[in-house]
Amino acid sequence: MDIRTLTFKGGTHPPHSKKATEKLQIEKANAPKVVAIPMQQHIGAPCEAIVAVGDEVKVGQKIGEPKGFVSAPIHSSVSGKVVAVEPRLYSGGSKVTCVVIESNMQDTIHESVIPKGKLEDLSADEIKTIIKEAGIVGMGGAAFPTHVKLAPPPGKQLDTVVLNGAECEPYLTADHRLMLEKPDDVVKGLSALMKALSVKKGYIGIETNKPDAIEAVFNAAKGVDGIEVVALKAKYPQGAEKQLINACTGREVPSGGLPADIGVVVSNVGTAAAIANAINTGMPLVERIVTITGKGVKEPKNLLVKIGTSFKEVIDQCGGFNGKPGKVIGGGPMMGIAQFSVDVPVIKGTSGILVLSEEEARLPKASNCIRCGKCVGVCPMNLMPMHLSANALADRFEQAETLHAMDCIECGSCSFVCPAKRPLVDSIRVAKREILEKRKKQQSK
Amino acid sequence: MENTNYIVSSSPHIRSGESTNLIMRDVIIALIPALISGIYFFGFKALTVTALAIITCIATEMAMQKLLGREVTVKDLSAAVTGMLLAFNMPASAPWWMVIIGSIFAIAIVKQLFGGLGHNFINPALAARAVLLASWPVRMTTWPVPGMADAATGATPLAILKEGINYVNGLPVAAGGEMAGQALPNIWNLFIGNVGGCIGETSVLALAIGGAYLLYRGVINIRIPAIYILTVGILAFVFGKFDINYFIYHVCAGGLFLGAIFMATDYSTSPMTVKGQIVMGIGCGLLTFVIRFWGGYPEGVSYSILLMNVATPLIDRFTMPRKFGEVKKSA
Ligand code: SF4
Ligand code: SF4
Repeated sequence: MDIRTLTFKGGTHPPHSKKATEKLQIEKANAPKVVAIPMQQHIGAPCEAIVAVGDEVKVGQKIGEPKGFVSAPIHSSVSGKVVAVEPRLYSGGSKVTCVVIESNMQDTIHESVIPKGKLEDLSADEIKTIIKEAGIVGMGGAAFPTHVKLAPPPGKQLDTVVLNGAECEPYLTADHRLMLEKPDDVVKGLSALMKALSVKKGYIGIETNKPDAIEAVFNAAKGVDGIEVVALKAKYPQGAEKQLINACTGREVPSGGLPADIGVVVSNVGTAAAIANAINTGMPLVERIVTITGKGVKEPKNLLVKIGTSFKEVIDQCGGFNGKPGKVIGGGPMMGIAQFSVDVPVIKGTSGILVLSEEEARLPKASNCIRCGKCVGVCPMNLMPMHLSANALADRFEQAETLHAMDCIECGSCSFVCPAKRPLVDSIRVAKREILEKRKKQQSK
Repeated sequence: MENTNYIVSSSPHIRSGESTNLIMRDVIIALIPALISGIYFFGFKALTVTALAIITCIATEMAMQKLLGREVTVKDLSAAVTGMLLAFNMPASAPWWMVIIGSIFAIAIVKQLFGGLGHNFINPALAARAVLLASWPVRMTTWPVPGMADAATGATPLAILKEGINYVNGLPVAAGGEMAGQALPNIWNLFIGNVGGCIGETSVLALAIGGAYLLYRGVINIRIPAIYILTVGILAFVFGKFDINYFIYHVCAGGLFLGAIFMATDYSTSPMTVKGQIVMGIGCGLLTFVIRFWGGYPEGVSYSILLMNVATPLIDRFTMPRKFGEVKKSA
């Protein structure tokens, strides 16, 4: 294999903690009896439920209609009867309208679900429509509607698609297993994205701690024109959009800009596989691979879970909690969201369910900044986190803004390394929110 | 609803194993070889001075924090490090009251009054040493001769060297000044620390071992110490008219290793940016040599570092890293 190993500047090395699940094959989760499907699983406008209590639905049937361009339709993951349409707590941390469906355990597939034919025979516009209609969003966690990325603002010349297979978040192995078990889907999804954008160059970036995945994807991509598999140094946050682009192409997304500004569209390997699946079978995005792991679960697993299944049900299939759980996280430990309850559904962006033990979850006590500079050294955006944080804590948001607070990607590297255990990102987030508010106010003036 | 008493906090949910306490512990471990060498060459008094400084620093920190209504944080070991460094910058013959005054000044005035750990703008141990040196210059520069702890007559190699170097029968001696003709200690003794000087500054060997440990543990970065020592070395070589002995004495004596490895790298008082650390190293080296060569003092390490400490906030401001994706101005 002739593969380049690339990386970005800065970053840190949290323990990988992937041993528990990296060798475990993806298993199909038990069919849930009830699913609660949130009408907002993505960044952007929520969907409107187009089914009502009492309606019968089938697998793949559209149940949520997007109410804006930056949005993605939502489909039923089971067949059965709608029993409620009501606001419920979801894994984003707030309450949103959910369509609750009681499954009839038949998994009857909806009539609209039909294979879309060969990729060669599909036009760019047809591919875009398939992606849009299948409700495909970024599956790495951010859940940005994919079809929006495929419609760059006029004047932006795109030339490259980068697929994120870095999976730099510790603990998570969902993408790793996917690349290993379905490398052809990943490559096909990338080809589809490239065709949809009429782009000639595609990269798939994978961290070197997954040599088997690199090999599998490399072999699958052999003979496919324009696709290069690149090995990325195992370093956090290698999979962050701007860092990934920088590592693969050497280009830098300008401050405040978008990847499209430098001709790049980034997607995730999970997203690519979902696109391939939508083309091959016609099935929209109704299930995803989730890594359930951490000291707090008895038998960690990689499960293929239907969207809307509750965290609790999924954790129970992994032998339940191991001792008293301290923290339940939707996603990985660096950027995931801590949950108030396990009565929340798995959504399109749920890459993992991580349960930390009480001991691991205990919050460290912050002490004085000792000016060690470690946060400066790891910041992938070359910011000075302790200055940003100090200004934010003193309500000096303008100062924080001139120190480029808005460039912070909230990767958490600074908080992770800080020996004084200062909650740096927390305070920077506050500053960002304040700065955004101010900008909005100024605009409306 | 079932039990929902999970801890909910914002990301990241894991933290590295590093802590302030561990870093300070590593610094203490790194200082132990130099302490051993100090005790070996200057006798038991070196140990009592060091112990007294540590105890006084810790006690002062506790008292000050109680007084100021702050949380008592002596467990972070930073006061112990200050005590150790202060003692290392004093002669083993220093009287007990001087040790106590220095320790109290370092912690109470320089550290706590400016806000505690991380907020002091100059190195507490060095500031205290400067005050002691100004107040009791004789006692602070009366060096015990190694092996004879109480015979207070030793001269430091750099004091002998102050007026340049001469050769008598091929051996280096002082070229001028009061000590004209006095022989310089041999280089092996200089390397292992068997020469006059402060408790912890004489043994290049022991300090280098400590420095290697700190580098290995990632506590310090090599930039400041290496550039500092190199700058002094190059200047000494050039201005010493390429005399190899002159070069060696300037690099190995006068507390350069202690200062470069343990004090110019002090987090609170040195720059955080890469470029800033380079500036710090060069600045310290330049100042040290200027003081030694043209100034009134034979040494110069402590004053140079103190001066650079004062400049640190400025250095940090002007050496901020280029932000990722920042468009270069006037490209
Ligand atoms: S300041 Fe922002 S971008 Fe930099 S390390 Fe911290 S969270 Fe990441
Ligand atoms: S890592 Fe923590 S202690 Fe070190 S400079 Fe940054 S905020 Fe301060």
